[in-house]
Amino acid sequence: MTQLLGIKKGMTRVFTDEGRSLPVTVLEVGPCVVTQVRTEETDGYNAVQVGFGDIKARNSTMAQIAHDAKAGAAPRRHHREFLVEDSSRYELGQTLTVADFEKIGYVDVSSTSKGKGFAGGMKRHGFKGQLATHGVERKHRSPGSIGGHANNAGKAGRIKKGKKMSGHMGSERITVRSLDVIRIDAERNLLLVKGPIAGHNGALVEVRPSVRLYKTKGVKQKELSA
Amino acid sequence: MGTQQLIESINTEALKTDLPRFDIGDTINIHVRIREGEKERIQIFSGVLISRKGRGINEMITVRRVSDDIGIERTWPLNSPSISTIEVVRRADARRAKLYFLRDRVGKSRRLRDRRRGMKHVEGQKTIQR
Repeated sequence: MTQLLGIKKGMTRVFTDEGRSLPVTVLEVGPCVVTQVRTEETDGYNAVQVGFGDIKARNSTMAQIAHDAKAGAAPRRHHREFLVEDSSRYELGQTLTVADFEKIGYVDVSSTSKGKGFAGGMKRHGFKGQLATHGVERKHRSPGSIGGHANNAGKAGRIKKGKKMSGHMGSERITVRSLDVIRIDAERNLLLVKGPIAGHNGALVEVRPSVRLYKTKGVKQKELSA
Repeated sequence: MGTQQLIESINTEALKTDLPRFDIGDTINIHVRIREGEKERIQIFSGVLISRKGRGINEMITVRRVSDDIGIERTWPLNSPSISTIEVVRRADARRAKLYFLRDRVGKSRRLRDRRRGMKHVEGQKTIQR
C-alpha cells in the first residue's frame, strides 16, 4: 500500500460525539507525485519514488529539476523511495493523495525528532541521578558507576560499547506505530491522527498504513475495510 | 494559509455558536449528556460559574455548587458535546476573574451580589445609570 510524505502542522483536540476529548496531530499529507518506478527487471527490486512539496526551481539543482520533469512534475522539495510488492500499479507522474487512505484506520508515521543536543544520563536514558541531600555534593545528576573494568560491564580493561551514558540525543528517526486515523480531509489534504508525533511543526513525515496492529485494532481495521 | 490559521479552522468547526452570554459569578444550569449503556439522558448541574479559562477549543469552565453542605465543583471543556445547553439563571456582580475564594466562605457570605453594572448589553436586565 502507498506511503505518502507530509508535513506536521501541529496539535489540537477533537471531541467525539460521546464527549471524549482526543489529542490529535494535524498532518498535511500529499499530494505526492510518482517520480520514479523501480522494477525487478531494471533495478532488481520493486519500489516507487515519490516527490512532495514545492520548491523554487532556482533553489533546486538541474539534475533534480530534470528528474522531476521526466515525471511531468514541477520541482519537488522532498523525495523518498519506498518498497512495494508490485510496482506495475504505479506509473510515472501519477498523483497520490491522502484520499487513498480512505479505508485505513491506522497508520505508522516516521519523522525526525527534535534535537536535544548533548544530554545527560537522566534526560537521555531516564537514570534516577543521585540524592538531593545526605551529603551528595555536585553529583546530583551524574549517572553513577559505569561498572568495574574487570567485570562484565568491562572485560579486557575497557567499558563495553553501547554502555548508556550521556551524549547526543534527538534528531533521530522515530516511527510511531498504529496511530488511529481520526479524520481525513481530502479537499485540504489533511490527515488527523490520534496522539503526538516526533519532530517540530513543519517537519517532514512519512505516513503509511500500519504494518502491525494490536489484536483489538486489527479487528476494527477489518470492519473498516469490509 | 498559515499553520496557526489552519489549526484554528479545524477547531472552529467544533466551537459552539449557540451559547448565551454569561460571566464569572453567574448562576448557570449546565445540561449534561449522560450515557447509560445505549440510552442517553440529560442531567442538570446548577451552580455558580467560578472560573473560565483557556481560549477557543481549549476553553474550560468550572461550576461550583453546594449541596448538603458539601461543595461540588465540576469542570468541563466549554465546547464539549457532553454539554448540550447552558442556561443563565441569575447574574451576579463579581469583581474577580476567578471566584476561588468562595470555597472558604460559609453561610450567607457565600452569596454574591446581583449584577447591576454593565448590563446594558443584556436585554430586559436592570442597569444603573452613571
